[in-house]
This record gives sequence, C-alpha cells and structure tokens, in this order.
Amino acid sequence: MSTLLEVKDLVIKFALRTGEVTATNGVSFTLQKGERLGLVGESGAGKSVTGFSIINLISKPGYIASGEVDFQGENLAKVSDERMRSLRGNRISMIFQDPMMTLNPVLTIGTQMTETLHQHNPGMSQDEARNIALEKLRKVYIPSPEKRLAQFPHEFSGGMRQRIIIAIALLTDPELIIADEPTTALDVTIQAEIMELLMELCETDDMGLILITHDLAVVGQVTQNIAVMYAGSIVEKGATSQVISDPQHPYTQGLIAALPQSSRQGERLNQIPGMMPTLKDIPPGCSFNPRCAHVMDVCKIEVPQLRVGKNGNLVACYLYPLKKEQR
Amino acid sequence: MIAFMIRRITQALIVIIIISIIGFAIKQSVGDPLRELMGISVSMEEREEFREKLGLNDPWYVQYGRFLGNAVKGDLGTSMFYKRPATEVILEKAPATLELVFVSSLIIIFLSVPLGIFSAIKPNSLLSRLLMGGSIVGVSIPVFLTAIMMVYVFSIKLGWLPSYGRGEVVMIGGWGTGLLTVDGWKHIIMPSIALSSIMLPLFIRLIRSEMMEVLESEYIKYAWAKGINKKRVWFVHAFKNTLLPVITVGGVQLGVTIAFTILTETVFQWQGLGFMFMEAVERSDAPLLVAYLMFVGIVMVGVNTIVDMIYGLVNPTVRIAGVK
Repeated sequence: MSTLLEVKDLVIKFALRTGEVTATNGVSFTLQKGERLGLVGESGAGKSVTGFSIINLISKPGYIASGEVDFQGENLAKVSDERMRSLRGNRISMIFQDPMMTLNPVLTIGTQMTETLHQHNPGMSQDEARNIALEKLRKVYIPSPEKRLAQFPHEFSGGMRQRIIIAIALLTDPELIIADEPTTALDVTIQAEIMELLMELCETDDMGLILITHDLAVVGQVTQNIAVMYAGSIVEKGATSQVISDPQHPYTQGLIAALPQSSRQGERLNQIPGMMPTLKDIPPGCSFNPRCAHVMDVCKIEVPQLRVGKNGNLVACYLYPLKKEQR
Repeated sequence: MIAFMIRRITQALIVIIIISIIGFAIKQSVGDPLRELMGISVSMEEREEFREKLGLNDPWYVQYGRFLGNAVKGDLGTSMFYKRPATEVILEKAPATLELVFVSSLIIIFLSVPLGIFSAIKPNSLLSRLLMGGSIVGVSIPVFLTAIMMVYVFSIKLGWLPSYGRGEVVMIGGWGTGLLTVDGWKHIIMPSIALSSIMLPLFIRLIRSEMMEVLESEYIKYAWAKGINKKRVWFVHAFKNTLLPVITVGGVQLGVTIAFTILTETVFQWQGLGFMFMEAVERSDAPLLVAYLMFVGIVMVGVNTIVDMIYGLVNPTVRIAGVK
C-alpha cells in the first residue's frame, strides 16, 4: 500500500473581528490508497474544517495558518488556486451534509453532472459526458436514469439526492472522497442504505474515503481506521475495531460509554460531565482536562503528545508512557 | 404550464374588474354630467327628462354594467377638453410614455446587472464602495430634482441636449416613434436617465444583496467543490438563482416606473400619458382621468402577468406547481 494523503501539523485559524481563533491545532493523519478513515468528534471539534481544508475550501474568514496537506507529492495548502480547482471534483470529490441544500435548484441533474465532466475534460463530447453520467447514476441505483437527467433537484427525495451527489462524486473516478456527515440529514433507514452504497463503491473502485461524522455506529460499519477529534486536536487514532471495543483516551472511553447500547436497560445513559470548550477558551494543557476523571497536574500545563496505548492505538494522554514515536 | 397560465390570467381579470369598479366610482362622484352638457336656461323638467334618457336615474349596478360594456368595446367616454373619445387620446399619447419607459428599462437592465454582480463578487473593491455610496445618493434625490439639474447643466449651461419635447417623430401605423431619428434620441436621453435614476440604484443594491446571499449558499460551495471555474459559478450557478427575486421585484417596479413618468414628463414637457394626466387633473377632465386609470391599471396587470410567466420559465418549481 502506498500513501494517498498525508496531513501534517495542520493549524487552521479563523480571523474574527474579536481576534484569531484556532479551529484545529496541529492535526496529523495519513491515508493509504483505498483506505477508509473515520474522523469522529462532537460538533465544533474541527472535523468538518479539517475535511474542507484538504481541498482548501474553508469558509471565510478561516485559513490554513500552518501545516501541510500532501496529496500525491503536492502540498495542497500551497498550490495555486487554479491547480487546486483542477483537483477538486476531479481527483478529490466531496459529499456534503444536507442533500436538500447541495444541488443547485435551477439546474437539471444532467447539467450538474455533465458540467463537472466538461470542466475537467475540456475536449469531451456532450454524448460522452452524458453516457458517463448515466453509468454513474446506474451505479448508485437510480431507476430510469435517462429520464432523471432532465429533472430538477426538487423532483427527488432526500435519499435520492444524496445518491445523485454520490454519483457526481464518482464521475471523474477520484482517488479520494471526503464525505462530510453524508447521512446526518437523512432518516435512519436511508442512512444505512447510503452508507452501504458508499462503502461498496469505495471497495470496488479502490477509492480512499474520509468519513466525517459524529455517529460512531456509522463509522464502525464503514471505516477501517478512526481518528477521534476533540477541541481541534486528534486525541486518539487506531483501527476502528480497536478504538470502539477498547478505547484508550478518557474522552473516547466516555464517548463509547455514552452510546445507548453500552448502558443496561432501565439505567440512565452515561455521559461525560461538562461541555466541550468553545474555540475561544480552550484550557491550557490537555484540552480535555477539566472534564477528565483521571486528571493529573501535568495535564493542565502541557499538551500531551500522541503515544502508543496498550493495544497499539495512538493516544494523546499522559496516562500512557511516552515510548518510541510511531508514525 | 397551461394551467398555470389560465390561473394567472383569471387572477389578472379579477384585478382589472376591481380597477374598473374604482374607475366607475370616480366617474360617478366627479361632477354632474348634465351641468357640463346644458346651459342655465334648461328647465328642471327638461333636465329630469334628459337625466332619464341618459340612464342617470338607473340603479348603480345597471349603470356600472353599461360602463363595463362600453369599456370592453373600448369606449371610456369622451374627453371634455379634447372633445374626442378618451381611449383615442390615451392611445395617441401612449407611445411617448412607453418609449420613455422602454429606454429607461434598458438603461436599468444593462447597467444594474453587471454593476450588481460586480459589487457582489468584489464587495471590497473601490468601485463597489463607490457604487454603494453613490446609490444611496441616487435613491435619495427626487426625480424632478435630477431632471431639473440635468436640464440646467446639459441644456442651459452646455447646450448639448434639448430641454423639452420629443423632437422629430416618425409615424409607423398609429404609433408615433421618436426612436428612429437622431433628433428623437437626443430628446429621449435626459428624460430616460431621469426616469431611471431612482430604480437603477435600487436594482444595483437588490441584485448585489441577492447575489451575495446566493454566493453564501451550500450549492455554491458545492459548485466550488466540484472544481467548476469562477465564471461558470458566478454567471450560471449564482446568477440564475439571483434572477428569481429580481424578476419579481422588477415586474412591480416596471409598473411603478410607468407611474413615475408623471414627474419626468412634466419637467421635460414630454407629450405622454403622465403629462396628459397632469393636464386632465387641472381641467378636471373626469373621463380622461378614468381612462388613464384604466389604461395604467391594465398595463400594470399585463406586465405583472407576463413577468410571472417569465418567472415560471426560470424557476423549475413553479412550473411543477402549475402542472399539478
């Protein structure tokens, strides 16, 4: 396996009127070709911003302050706008959260599909583009795609729209798909359907997937590896099964324990005391220290580095001794 | 689409009937027609007899029915001043006003669209800031003041443009047009600029704010994420969505512009409907006033109906609603 994407010490800041706010503080992870990685965390942990930073599309006033995004030997944080544009939707596709808002209401599905193809393959004929669009629509199980191409987004249900968006993501056979909470806006029965479809397509085409979600059940079903984010940093990384069955970081432990299935029937659900700090008042040291049951003096002074936990997960926590750094 | 059109046209007819009731009410309450028709020497008995003959003693709904019947045939009474059918007078004056509105609409469309888009995609540039500042000034200055200032500068001081009238008019069928002669164009420049001076800044601001809102939307972010180039995102993805509210407001404003011609036409002595209306008010020429009211009402309803249909063509969701 070779590396597809390597994010190194990514720092994203937002230049607000009241001053600068750090959204992610030194996020690093790697993605192999065809690997499916889950980026998990609460709202505001910096998952989406990390995802958008890969294609350099962070909403203003956010910007990449430092760090690298290595995609096949290119640092995407530094490439020209035009080069970045030629990669977006071509080699790196994105799936957005709310399918009801993502498609342009006044353009037909056909237009929205073929324009991507024409944009990235200037010489492509109308027929050729149409055929590729039809093929991808069939791949995501849209019935009678010929008719569908002439229709507008409002003629589709939410689940159908998300499948069309997946089809659009597949148009150019990208190497990486970034899916930002692709099922949050859909109802539960359709969620499973969409996730299964996404997984199936990634497997058959050997595509990399970064799945951004707060839903541990979804991550467990689809991804091979997980990175857990808390207040702008990755606190734990490891194989999905290891992280879910044997979490090492106190935050991950709390998160897993909070799942309804880990409580016994009739008992109160577990919860982590307190709330995640807002970006403006992240405490010094380990950002989780005010809510942690195992808090020590050192936690309040210095940010813990990632180290190897008991089962091989990488954990940013002083509970585990710092051994030889593992990449 | 056909069902949508039928429904829209029915609505338009209802509005026109309401306008006709108002017109009829004005006609009924402005003066006694007998006083205009007869001298002092006519006796009370003869007056009463004549009143009966003219149907003025009939109940109001019978009279309204007669008024409506005549109106459908194009007969809105006889102008007291011109001693000719009011409809004829209106039709004779209409081309002047419609040409004026047409030219100022062109000015508005061809300036507001590019300027509005520009100030939306480059909100911090110097030109955008100037436009925003200037548009406040433009909206705040009343039309007649703009007009008088222009006459002072360009006609009196510089002597470049004529200060009043339509210039040389060419008759095509029943339509007297000033758009075919150089002299006619010279005459229309200032009035049309004056007429557009209120709507133009308003439209620049409207297009700008709508476009900025659209540019913030998820589907535009998605278009960027698909790698679509700037031009296409701005002019296809964003502008088409910007157009929807602009068309709606534009339709209403076009009607208002027709009404605004009263001020402009008065300043420039433009022989159109607005000028005629002012004269009719001064002469309390009731039939002509009613005819003007009906004409402007029908034009406004017609314009709005057409605009709604254009809207239906641009917005796919409207089309579906019509089919159901």
